[in-house]
Amino acid sequence: MKEIRNLTCIRCPMGCQLTVTLQDGAVQSVTGNTCPRGAEYGRNEVTHPVRTVTSTVRVEGGERPVVAVKTKTEVPKEKIFDVMQALNGLYVKAPVEIGDVLLEDIAGTGSSLVATAEDAAC
Amino acid sequence: MYDVLIIGAGVTGCSIARELSRYRLKAAVLERSSDVCEGTSKANSGIVHAGFDAKPGSLKARFNVAGSEMMADLSKELDFPYENNGSLVLAFSKEDRKTLEALKAQGEENGVKGLAILDGGEVRRREPNVQETAAAALYAPTGSIVDPFLLTVAMAENAAVNGVEFCRNCEVRDVKRAEDGTYRLRTVNTEDMTEQTLETRAVVNAAGVYADVFHNMVSARKLHITARKGEYLLMDRKTKGFVKSTIFQCPSAMGKGVLVTPTAHGNLMIGPTAVDVDDKEAVNTTQGGLETVLQKAGVSAMNLPVGEVITSFAGLRAHEDGGDFVVGECEDAANFFDAAGIESPGLSSAPAIGRSLAGEIAEKLGLPENENFNPVRKGIPCLSAAGLAEREALIREDPAYANIICRCEMVSEAEIVQAIRRPVGARTLDGIKRRVRAGMGRCQAGFCTPGQVEILSRELGKDPGGITKCGTGSGLLTGTTK
Amino acid sequence: MEKTVKIAVIGGGPAGLAAAESAVEQGIRPDDILILERADKLGGILNQCIHNGFGLHTFREELTGPEYADRFIRKVREHQIPYLLKAMVIDISPAGMPGGTGLTVTAMNAEEGLVRVHAKAVILAMGCRERPRGALNLPGYRPAGIYTAGTAQRFVNLEGRMPGHEVVILGSGDIGLIMARRLTLEGARVRVVAELMPYSGGLERNIVQCLDDYGIPLKLSHTVVDIKGRKRVESVTIAEVGPDRRPIPGTEEEYTCDTLLLSCGLIPENELSSALGVQMNGVTKGPVVNESLETSVPGVFACGNVLHVHDLVDYVSEEAAQAGANAARFVLGEIAEDSAAPVTITAQDGVRYTVPSSISLNRMEDRQLIRFRVGNEYRNAGIRIEFDGKEFRTLKKNILAPGSMEQVILQKKDLEGIKGLKNITLRVVQY
Repeated sequence: MKEIRNLTCIRCPMGCQLTVTLQDGAVQSVTGNTCPRGAEYGRNEVTHPVRTVTSTVRVEGGERPVVAVKTKTEVPKEKIFDVMQALNGLYVKAPVEIGDVLLEDIAGTGSSLVATAEDAAC
Repeated sequence: MYDVLIIGAGVTGCSIARELSRYRLKAAVLERSSDVCEGTSKANSGIVHAGFDAKPGSLKARFNVAGSEMMADLSKELDFPYENNGSLVLAFSKEDRKTLEALKAQGEENGVKGLAILDGGEVRRREPNVQETAAAALYAPTGSIVDPFLLTVAMAENAAVNGVEFCRNCEVRDVKRAEDGTYRLRTVNTEDMTEQTLETRAVVNAAGVYADVFHNMVSARKLHITARKGEYLLMDRKTKGFVKSTIFQCPSAMGKGVLVTPTAHGNLMIGPTAVDVDDKEAVNTTQGGLETVLQKAGVSAMNLPVGEVITSFAGLRAHEDGGDFVVGECEDAANFFDAAGIESPGLSSAPAIGRSLAGEIAEKLGLPENENFNPVRKGIPCLSAAGLAEREALIREDPAYANIICRCEMVSEAEIVQAIRRPVGARTLDGIKRRVRAGMGRCQAGFCTPGQVEILSRELGKDPGGITKCGTGSGLLTGTTK
Repeated sequence: MEKTVKIAVIGGGPAGLAAAESAVEQGIRPDDILILERADKLGGILNQCIHNGFGLHTFREELTGPEYADRFIRKVREHQIPYLLKAMVIDISPAGMPGGTGLTVTAMNAEEGLVRVHAKAVILAMGCRERPRGALNLPGYRPAGIYTAGTAQRFVNLEGRMPGHEVVILGSGDIGLIMARRLTLEGARVRVVAELMPYSGGLERNIVQCLDDYGIPLKLSHTVVDIKGRKRVESVTIAEVGPDRRPIPGTEEEYTCDTLLLSCGLIPENELSSALGVQMNGVTKGPVVNESLETSVPGVFACGNVLHVHDLVDYVSEEAAQAGANAARFVLGEIAEDSAAPVTITAQDGVRYTVPSSISLNRMEDRQLIRFRVGNEYRNAGIRIEFDGKEFRTLKKNILAPGSMEQVILQKKDLEGIKGLKNITLRVVQY
C-alpha cells in the first residue's frame, strides 16, 4: 500500500515542506528537503520520530536552584515524558560545567543527559 | 478599647487617620485589602480639581475648594508628587459656551480663584494638540495633578509614625452599637480567616463603595451607594508634554466626562467612562469602555499617541443617591462618623475632609492635642528623578541604588527595599509599584517581576511561592518545577 | 570611575559579544573595548533560552541558548576583552572626548558608582523587550497570572518556579510556542494558543515540535476578549476575529485557567538611542542605519534585536560581527569618505522595511546583505529588486511569512553598473 505523508522539517529554521512516500510502511522517497538532514528527518519522522529533550535539573549548592540540561542525542518521541520523569528526580551538586554528563542512558534511551549551562558553586 | 476605628485605608481614611494623629488617641485603620490605596483611590484621574463643578453650598464644593487649597503645602509637608498644571474645560458648541459661563459663575461662587474664559486661538496656543473644533475653554489656574498613590501612602505613613495602627487584610464584617454607646466591630483576617472583635468609642466609615453597608448597620436613615465604573488608558512617559494642562469636556449628569491629562509622573492619561454597575468589585475593563475612552478623548485632542498605551484600568466611584458627599456624625448613631459617597472630587477633597472630620471627632471625644505630632514625612529618594551628582551620592551611600530592578522606570533595589521597610510598608508587587513605580512603565513589570519577587521574598522572610501581586489569592507562582 | 576606550559596547548578549569579538579581529586591541552589561552574567536572554535550535548556521551544529552564548563568551575571555557586569547604562551623549569628538557613555554600578566611559565609537546592542498586556488593550480584570512568555521562561528555566498550571497563550511568537512545550514538560496543561493574525508569528518548526507534538491547539484569527479573576486569573475568553481583526460576536469560548501568557511581539529597547538623538525607523522601532550599520549619529553602530527584531540568533551574531568590524574600521579611520549621495533603499508592496536603508557605494563591500520582513503571508511570490524603478532581478520565494526574516544580497558591481544610481526598491510580487 502506498502512503504519502506531508511534513514540516524541524531540523533547522527553514522549515522545509517535506513529502515522504511510503510503500507498505517502508520509506520510498523524501522530497522537498534542501539538505541531507531533512531527508533523515523525513525518514525518521514516519518510522520512529525522535526529539532532543531540553529541560533543567535541580542543583545543590549552586548559584541558581536549577541548571539547564539536554539529552545528548535525540530520543524516541514517545520517551519524552519518561526522560522528564528521570531527570525530575535528579539532584546534581555544583559546580556544574557545560557538557558535564549528569546521567547515562536516561530512561533506557541510550542517550545521556548533559549540562548545557554552568553553575559555579557558591 | 480604641478611641477611633477607621474603616477603609483609601485616601479619605488615611487623611482622617493622619489628621486624627494630631491628637492623643488610640486609633487604628482597618483595611480589608493587603495594602492602603487598593480601592477607588488607586484608580482615578489623579486630579486636584479647581472646584467649579460642584453646586454651591454642597459638601463637594466646600471640601473641594478647601482641599485644593491645602494640597500644595501638603505636598511639601508629606513629599508626594504634585503639580499645579492648570485645567481647561473645552467648549465645542454655543451650548457648551453657555455651560462654561455657568461653570465660571458657579466656580466663583464656590470661591475658586482666577477662572477665565479663553478663546479657541488662545487654547491652541497653550495646548497645540487640542482639536481645532474647540471654540473656547474655561481656564482654571488652580487645577492641579497629584500622585494619588503617594498622596495616600504618605498620609498613611505619617499617621503611622504619629501613632495610628494600620491593620491590613482586616475585613470588617459587622458593626454593632453597644448599650453604653461604644461600638463593637467584628473583623476577619483575610489571610488566616481568624476573627476578632474590636471595641471602640467612635467609628469612621470611609469604606468607599461599601460605605452604605456599614452606615446602614447602625443607622435607620439608609444610604445607597452605586458603583460607577470609570475606565482609563495610560500612555508611556515618552508622551510627556502632549498636553500640559488637564483637558476636560463639558460635564454631564454622569460626571466630568472624559479628560486628557498628564499624570504627576509625566504619563498621558485618558478617561474615564461613567457606567453604573451592580457589582462593587467589577474593576474589569471592557472592550466597549476602552473604545469609548479613545473615541471621546479624540474629541478633545488630535493625534492622540494611541500606539504608546501601556496599560488600561478601571476604578469604581462611590456615588451616593443624594449626589453629594455624606460627611459627619450620623444623625441617629452618635460617634459613628461617615465619610461616604466620596466620588469625584474625592481625591481633591480628602485633605479637607480629613481635617474637618478629625476636628469634629476630637471635639466630640474630647481628645487632647498630640504634642509629639510630626507633620513631616520624607519620601524615598528617587533615583530616576536625581541628577548625575545626586545619583553618585545615592550609590555611594547605598550601593543597592546602582542595582536597577525596573529598567523602564529606572527603579533600584534600594528604593524597593525602602518601600518594604517603611512604616505601613509594601507587602506585595502592587504595593511596591504604588510606592516607587517599579513595574509601572512600558513593560508593565515583565522584566522586573522576578527581581521584585526575589527582594520581597528576602525582605519578608517568605518563600517566593508566598509572594503575591495584591494579597491573599493573588500568588504569582504556583509551585516549583520538577 | 572614568575610562577611555576606542569602542564601548552597550549590552553583553549575543549581539554585543559578537560585535566585540569582531572588532578585535579587525585590529582593535581588546583593552580598547569595554562591554557594559546590566545583568550579573554575559549572554543576555540566551541564558534563559535553554531549548535547542541555535547555531546551525554559525557552528553547523544544534546548540541550546546557554551553549551558544558560551561559545561567544569563551572568545571574549580568550581575547581578554574587558567587560563590566551589573552596569546599567543610563546615558549616551556626544562630544565626550577631548577635542569634542566621540561619545560618553554613563553607567551605574554598585562597586564603581557612576561609570563614565569615553569612546570613539559606540555599538548599540541592548536587545528588545516583550509587548505587555496594556499595549494590547486586552479587556478584563488585572489579576496575578498574566505574564509575558519571557517572564515565564525566566521563572521556569532560571528560578525553577512554575508561573501556573493551566495556561492559555495569546500570540504565537516563538517564545510563546517554546514555553507551551516547556510548561507542558513540567506538568502544566496548555489549553490553547490563540493568534490574532491569520498566520503564525513564530517559525513553522516550533508549531510542529512545540504544539503538534503535544496536541496543543493553535487557533489562528483569535484573540482574548475577556480575562476573569479578581486576584488570580480564573478564566480567559477567546473569540474569533474577522478580517478587520475585531472579535466576531457569538464565537466566544471561555477557557478555565490560572495563567495567561503573552507572546505578542518584541519591541527594540531604544530609549538610550532615542535620547541620544539617533534617527529611528517607525516600522522596526530601531535605528535607521546605512550599509555599515551606522546610525544617524556618526560613530554609533547598531546590531541585533535593538536594530530590528530577529528570529534567529545566528543572524544576530552575523549582523553584530559586521557592526563590530565597521566600528573598528571607523575607529581606525579605515571607513571611506561618503563622497557621493548614498543610494536609498525603499521597502514597498509587502516589504515592510529594510536594514540597511541606504548604501554608500564608496563604502560598500563587494557583497551587501539586505535584511527585511514582509507584512503578510505570500505563497508562490517573489521579491523584485528594482534599480531606479527598473527591475533588476526577481527572486522567487515559495513562501514568505511575517514570522521569518528574509534577505537578499546585492553585488557592488551590479550597483556600480547603473550610472548615477539613486534608489533601490524591494517589493513583493505575486505570480
